[in-house]
Amino acid sequence: MSTTDGLSVLEQRGSTAETFGIPLAVLLEVTHRCPLQCPYCSNPVELDRASTELATEEWKKVLTELAEIGVLQIHFSGGEPTARKDLVELVKHASDVGLYTNLITSAVLLSRAKLGELADAGLNHVQISFQGNEPIIADRVAGLKDSHRKKLEVARWTRELDLPLTVNAVMHRQNLHQLTDIVQMAVDLDADRLEVANVQYYGWALKNRAALMPTLSQIEETSRIVEEAQARLKGILTIDYVVPDYYALRPKKCMGGWGRQFFNISPSGKVLPCHAAESITGLEFESVRSNHSIAWIWQNSEAFNRYRGTGWMQEPCKSCEFREIDFGGCRCQAFALSGDAGNTDPACALSPLHETIFKQAEREATEGGDRFIYRNFAGGTPEAGGDHGA
Amino acid sequence: MAGARHITVSETSRPILARHAKLKFDETRQVWVILAPERVLAPDETAVEVLRLCDGVRDVAAVIDELAAKYAAPREAILTDVVAMLQDLADKGFLTEVREKAS
Repeated sequence: MSTTDGLSVLEQRGSTAETFGIPLAVLLEVTHRCPLQCPYCSNPVELDRASTELATEEWKKVLTELAEIGVLQIHFSGGEPTARKDLVELVKHASDVGLYTNLITSAVLLSRAKLGELADAGLNHVQISFQGNEPIIADRVAGLKDSHRKKLEVARWTRELDLPLTVNAVMHRQNLHQLTDIVQMAVDLDADRLEVANVQYYGWALKNRAALMPTLSQIEETSRIVEEAQARLKGILTIDYVVPDYYALRPKKCMGGWGRQFFNISPSGKVLPCHAAESITGLEFESVRSNHSIAWIWQNSEAFNRYRGTGWMQEPCKSCEFREIDFGGCRCQAFALSGDAGNTDPACALSPLHETIFKQAEREATEGGDRFIYRNFAGGTPEAGGDHGA
Repeated sequence: MAGARHITVSETSRPILARHAKLKFDETRQVWVILAPERVLAPDETAVEVLRLCDGVRDVAAVIDELAAKYAAPREAILTDVVAMLQDLADKGFLTEVREKAS
């Protein structure tokens, strides 16, 4: 008798990579509006305006359709998903159609009453992002005063309501020294899970790379801290670790491979292979507002098929023994750093660009200024004051 | 207060799936799954049967008694398998335990 990783088993049951069965989990970015201005935001630099967002009934129709075609989990994300006034209604609908629901939130807009309503609506899990373990750095990174205190408060309410909690800590050069304290903060908050997520450098984070890129010694120290904590807190706190791929030799298997295991839906209803996919120019993405079903878009649309599998690959990927291990890394990163999404991800040591980019990252980590460009609808605003200047 | 953390499974534990872990039959793929944040597990048939008995009321001994009676199998063999499977789930953070509240 056993319980194994579901993906491998389910892939042999009509959810295979070969037939591109419907993903188990889908990320819904219900809005791009957000009170925070984190310089590493994973949203595209060109944000969807409120006026273009799907209406309540449109999201409900999407949820029903996703459940019908075999999706099991929904991540309500953003922007800040609680900026939508209809979130409770959407969570309720998702639960009613049998979906497992996860709220990915900055928490700062939540009242205790609202959180209670979400719990009553059937919410299964809450994930709160933290920018540090104390307000000075955390509020500065978030670009919002008093945000850290508010997050702690909402995290406590989450556990008081007996909702499971994941602490998501986004790590970079300016807060990695707090990691040990962040692990303890997650334990003290009675979290079930901690995500130690090093910043991935696309979109807003790429604009801010010089201010965020960790040094190699910081990364080595981080891995040591995570491994020690994973062993010490086994059965108490699950710790998932996302490594920054600039310092790796092998690229990450981004999204489990393009169009293989994952899609997300943008605020305006575009069905995307990855939340950064719109950064790749020249790709057209279908919308849930089109005449096509979501299943059709997943299986047949040009954007999903362009980099699916291995047929699109050029050398060195094409003949590489790892081509079905990592699927050439990340398409968005390949596009951002090489200008062609069909190139090998420069995070891979086999990419001709790897050495140059690795050197550049190392240089930025030691010589880059600490000043941020904050994320907003205006295309970004430089951090005020001279304290963190280059 | 929520369920206790870091449990050691024994015959006297009364395990139950953690709130964030949902056991569900997936109609599309015709398999049982355990849903949890960022993870999906596929328990085999026997594991499903055990988990459906783990309701936080029965202790592990009772679960094993039921299985031993149902399958007319030696209790010792079942005990080893069941405890190992449940401990593995507990270590992954999917299983919790009902304990008396310390007032």
